[in-house]
Amino acid sequence: MPDQGLGQLSDGLLFAAVIVYALAMLGFAGEQASRNARRVVTSVPAEGRVLLGAGGPPLAVPAETVTTEAPSRAGRFALVLTGCGWAVHVTSLVTRGFAADRVPWGNMYEFSSAVALTAVTVFLVLVVRGRVERALGAFVMLPVVLYLGLAASALYTEAGPLVPALNSYWIKIHVAAAVVASGSFLLSGVVAVLYLLRSRYDEIRAVLDADPRATRPGLLRRGRRRPVRLGFPTTLGAQLPGSTVLDRVSYSVIAFAFPIWTFAVIAGAIWAEAAWGRYWGWDPKETWSFITWVLYAGYLHARATAGWKGRKAAWVAVAAAAALIIDYYVVNIFVVGLHSYA
Amino acid sequence: MTEHLMTEPLTEPLTEPLTEPLVTEPLTTELDEATRLTTQPAPVQQPRRGDLFGPLRFGWRQLTSMRTALQLLFLLALASVPGGFLPQRRINPLRVQKYLDDHTVVGPLLDRLSMFDVFSSTWFSAIYLLLFVSLVGCLIPRTRLHLRALRARPPKVPRSLTKLPVSEVFTTTRSVEEELERAHLALKGWRVERRGNELSAEKGYLRETGNLVFHLSLVLLLVGIAIGAFRGFAGTVLVVEGKGFSNTVALFDDVRPGRRFAPDSLVPFSVQLDNFRATYAADGKALTFDADVRWSKDGGPETPYDIRVNHPLKVDGANTYLIGHGYAPHLVFRDTDGTVIDDQALPCLPQDPQFLSTCVLKEPSTKGKQVGFRGVFTPTTVTDEGGRVGSTGPALINPVLTLVAFEGNLGLDGGTPQSVYTLDTATMKPLFGGQAHALLPGQTWRLPSGASLTYVDTREWATFQVTQDPGKLVALVASIGMVGGLLLSLFIRRRRLWVRVSTDEGGPTTVAVGGLARTDPDRFAAEFTAIATQMKE
Repeated sequence: MPDQGLGQLSDGLLFAAVIVYALAMLGFAGEQASRNARRVVTSVPAEGRVLLGAGGPPLAVPAETVTTEAPSRAGRFALVLTGCGWAVHVTSLVTRGFAADRVPWGNMYEFSSAVALTAVTVFLVLVVRGRVERALGAFVMLPVVLYLGLAASALYTEAGPLVPALNSYWIKIHVAAAVVASGSFLLSGVVAVLYLLRSRYDEIRAVLDADPRATRPGLLRRGRRRPVRLGFPTTLGAQLPGSTVLDRVSYSVIAFAFPIWTFAVIAGAIWAEAAWGRYWGWDPKETWSFITWVLYAGYLHARATAGWKGRKAAWVAVAAAAALIIDYYVVNIFVVGLHSYA
Repeated sequence: MTEHLMTEPLTEPLTEPLTEPLVTEPLTTELDEATRLTTQPAPVQQPRRGDLFGPLRFGWRQLTSMRTALQLLFLLALASVPGGFLPQRRINPLRVQKYLDDHTVVGPLLDRLSMFDVFSSTWFSAIYLLLFVSLVGCLIPRTRLHLRALRARPPKVPRSLTKLPVSEVFTTTRSVEEELERAHLALKGWRVERRGNELSAEKGYLRETGNLVFHLSLVLLLVGIAIGAFRGFAGTVLVVEGKGFSNTVALFDDVRPGRRFAPDSLVPFSVQLDNFRATYAADGKALTFDADVRWSKDGGPETPYDIRVNHPLKVDGANTYLIGHGYAPHLVFRDTDGTVIDDQALPCLPQDPQFLSTCVLKEPSTKGKQVGFRGVFTPTTVTDEGGRVGSTGPALINPVLTLVAFEGNLGLDGGTPQSVYTLDTATMKPLFGGQAHALLPGQTWRLPSGASLTYVDTREWATFQVTQDPGKLVALVASIGMVGGLLLSLFIRRRRLWVRVSTDEGGPTTVAVGGLARTDPDRFAAEFTAIATQMKE
């Protein structure tokens, strides 16, 4: 029987985790905001770097400038906060599992919480292993906080037993794999969006650097040229890591998640065979899992194909993440199918 | 070849020339070439004039090109979208009908475009068949090349090792032979080839193997699905407690045979349903469903089994699933003279989650006029002020069978087959002015003619689905191949490393090491340093 006290503890812990994540997000944002202030430009004297003109006097060599950043306490604190929030989040999920006496991913509320936890975990691993700057934190924690807030308010379900169809050891395997893959995919989707921002920023920046008064053809009337301008949200690009880094992070997270997603779909098919008598039946959930899978497979190929790599491939990653969201939320809430219970 | 689906690795975009030895002389152009091979595939050549097979070859190259394959892949995703939003006939024909009734303009239009049969439509099949043709067209040459590469020796040492992305040169007092020995040791796990005082080493062949296994498994998966679609069978049957069924086409209520299904391939066995049990939580949420059955093979000994959701009965490749349940009031109908002419448990079909169910009873062999009943069965009955019955839960707590009786001609002799769940009252007249009568278990309802209906007790029924899918195992093997191949192709890294040991007469030995990573060059730099250090020490 569900343990109500533990269930409430789990709810409270999730609430606390969201608050801590939100604070961490503010910390990261603070680090971003103070970035320019902390930027130190040092001039390296052109010592010993003397060019000799042919027979003439030594030519003046311009001093090299090096930009370094003073470390930010806000950023380090935000990272520690994220870690604390993560620990609280894990505890929330574990207590939920004990409260309901089963795996803590038996309904949409629990699933969403677990997916967000995966996204934070993958982000922390990337930062700790030095694959990406923690500066990304503000942009990653914002969707996490919104997602968790939405899940906790709109999808909330009391801790309770599973419906008979879910009562199988496959829920441990199939759903766990789906959680890990989904959390990673959503994170990669966020990074892909950031990549698009950054590469657009770079592009406009390059045009403006070459000619501050550059123009481009109008949207409706090609004849009327309009000035090229840097506007929101493209301006956010200035705060982001380089587009190569973002592209690589997005790719490596997808490369990590794709085999897991493949496995989740296959495990789902094996479970479907045991529960419904067929391993594949184009149930709406199966159909959208298939679309998601095909799009990510397309991304992995596109990223290595001329004419597709770069922005186009990133758009594929965004489309695939959208398909994943439809697969979980739209299908469960609006489309009638065999997965309607969860 | 360069434009093939998998000339591009599944993963890292740069420097994956696959088969040709990557670095010989001159190095820089080779590297450029390597990059060009993957980033800018050679354009498809226009057919020469007068070449009869030219257009064919051109078309084939187009189809098997990476760009076409990608477009087909995205087209496949796009084509599946209507199947993910619109109801599909194969899954839920009733919802399709409802959609057509609700959307009289758009509905038929969508129907003509096969939008309700997306996954068996011509256009969907065309896309995936083209995709698979493109895939096979690329797999065959690719497999051949890889098999050759597996037997090939690592390429010769480039003239200048220092031009490689990572390189190191050091001098030592050890002899040339000693140094080569050390290099061999440091390159444990690599394929090493010695040419004079030079070593060529390569590793990560499994990456391409995995890549090919993954894509070959996709083809195998399609084969498995096709076997199921052609040779498979599915049948559903409704069984009331105390009754049974055998695995014979004629005995199912509904069958879905494959296109080339052989009826004699059905596994001979029969199942007897002894008891169906459902348990519910206080709020009506279902907790467990169990069907206690006895099954036997061809007159052999009977074996008890508990068929549950997620726990089918498996007999020689035929699986029996529990897919539905409901209530069947046990009814006894007595004719005007009191003889029992009907004694059966009548299955009522659930209409809502609270198991308000409907059923029809037909009594054609009475002495007088034929009699028919329309019934509503409610397991947890409540009656509102207007006298209407409803059910507030699925559990059998307070069952009531509410009936309306009709007298006249059931219309069974017309020759048109009738469903046992519908009553045609065109030539019948309602009894008691159409007033409904509520029967509790044990009660009898006497009709004006003297005939009577007794509601003895309530039994339960279960629907079973028997499935035989001979392609299942093939699909499972293919799935395992997919995951395994994928892991190899994403996480095995290809590397090449060269060592040149030279010495001036009497002078120190010079060792030059250079390496090239085909995937994940950042991490390779660290690996390279580790190997070089081991050789230096």
